[in-house]
Amino acid sequence: MLDKRMPLDAIVAELADGMTIAIGGWATRRKPMALVRAIARSGLKDLTVIAYGGPDVGMLAACGKLRRLVFAFVSLDHIPIEPHFKAARQAGLDVWEMDEGMLHWGLRAAAMGLPFLPTRVGIGTAIAGDPRLRTVKSPYDDGETLIAMPAIKPDVALLHVHRADEKGNVLTLSPDPFFDELMARAADRTFVTAEQIVPTADLGLPGNARYHLVERSLISGVAHAPFGAHPTSAAPDYQLDLAHLKAYAAAEGEAWDAYRQRYVAADEGAYLAAVGGADAIRAIPAPIY
Amino acid sequence: MTDTPTSPAGTSSTGATLADLLVAQCAEVWRDDPEWLATGITPIPRLGASLAKMTFNPRLMITDGENMLLEQPAPIGPRDGGPVAEGWAPYARTFDNLWGGRRHALVAPVQIDRFGQTNISVIGDHARPKAALLGARGFPGNSISHPNSFFFPQHNRRALVEGEVDFVCSAGYNPARWLDGRKPHRLDLRRIVTNLCVMDFGGPDHAIRVISLHPGVPLEEVRDSTGFDLALPEQGVAETPRPDAAALAVIAALDPHGIRAGLVKGNPPAVRVV
Repeated sequence: MLDKRMPLDAIVAELADGMTIAIGGWATRRKPMALVRAIARSGLKDLTVIAYGGPDVGMLAACGKLRRLVFAFVSLDHIPIEPHFKAARQAGLDVWEMDEGMLHWGLRAAAMGLPFLPTRVGIGTAIAGDPRLRTVKSPYDDGETLIAMPAIKPDVALLHVHRADEKGNVLTLSPDPFFDELMARAADRTFVTAEQIVPTADLGLPGNARYHLVERSLISGVAHAPFGAHPTSAAPDYQLDLAHLKAYAAAEGEAWDAYRQRYVAADEGAYLAAVGGADAIRAIPAPIY
Repeated sequence: MTDTPTSPAGTSSTGATLADLLVAQCAEVWRDDPEWLATGITPIPRLGASLAKMTFNPRLMITDGENMLLEQPAPIGPRDGGPVAEGWAPYARTFDNLWGGRRHALVAPVQIDRFGQTNISVIGDHARPKAALLGARGFPGNSISHPNSFFFPQHNRRALVEGEVDFVCSAGYNPARWLDGRKPHRLDLRRIVTNLCVMDFGGPDHAIRVISLHPGVPLEEVRDSTGFDLALPEQGVAETPRPDAAALAVIAALDPHGIRAGLVKGNPPAVRVV
């Protein structure tokens, strides 16, 4: 029997200093925050993070875990500027900034085992001046010069999903799958946290086929983490917690220690209690965009 | 509120605010667009897209700001019930669509320069910024894939800068940054709507040109508030038209909580009081 279930901390134990980690989700949606908090509590350091960034990036930055960030944006959506990312960036955090679609393209190249994928995206901007980027000339009659977006290869991808079975079949039930599939295909290993771990028959396939993220052969480990995306959303199970995100964003400078003690240093049971409990999270209304 | 007896016959802009006028001018950027995605980022451009769709260009497609295409625009702010979705727009599909060119975005950058290059990444040096903002987001890809227009609620020299923007996030009419000197594939900058005027890229070599001044705004103020030289149309600069009563009614319905009033400093009337 394949049984890939493991505790959160066992996933963290699979990580190492200096690793390149892709974190799934998008800004304030379906971020594997329980795992991010566990990394923040750990002794890990010098991580390179690849993300469509939200509080995952800000929290790891505030806890001193980042050596480098590969990104197109970091935002809390309703709070446009992520204050912890902002502070780290202004203190000189090493970054590779690119377009959202270039990040998509770099992950896709890695997922396909290609050295690069050609794109026009970035042409005419300061991003094209990054020494990590080179150009390629079309071998066809058009002769156009394009950016050769290099493969962006994570050591590990960390994702949060709604449902998983113990073998690593996973469903993301939210309306946007983001680029989690590409992260899983690009990375050497992928670990997921799941709202619920259920018997395979309860995944609801083939009815839920369009929510099935990726083949289970790409999933190395599954941890049960109810409300594991909080304070980001795992809709339709629960929505983002804007009140908590505001408190998180307000915990700048000297105020960060109190936030960290209360919410990051706590284990997941204590965290859930500190943020109001399961019923309170489930009762949060959908945000208005 | 300012009475506006000079409104054209058949219209009434009594009570129109500058925010209303800006929404109407944002809508204009999509007037002649074909059936494609109209994206307005930040509330006034978004209201503009909704107004365009609900009045003169029903072909336009719009999203709920998340991942659904809506049959009819949703009012901004708290609302009862969900608008009817007519399609799906997850990010992967949004990229596929925009790379195909079937979109016109009206976005609100932090800086723009004389080339139409914009910045939402940093203020100051990129390696150690004075202020870190969002990051380039999708601006680079948008700028070379489909038409783009821009909105600035505060027209000043910090926003419309001298020289180049601090970090060029979107391509503009600056051959020095083009590969092989070749204009990027679908670079097509359309309009700039500010709290003072409306501009386009119709000057020599796509220079930014003032096409209309909002009622009561002198050209000198626009020049003084802009970090680069501005071209003018041969026929002279027009006065920006005020939204008519029908447009105002639609705008009020799209923004029932009056969120737009808080987005323009002082919420002045459409016609400036001297």
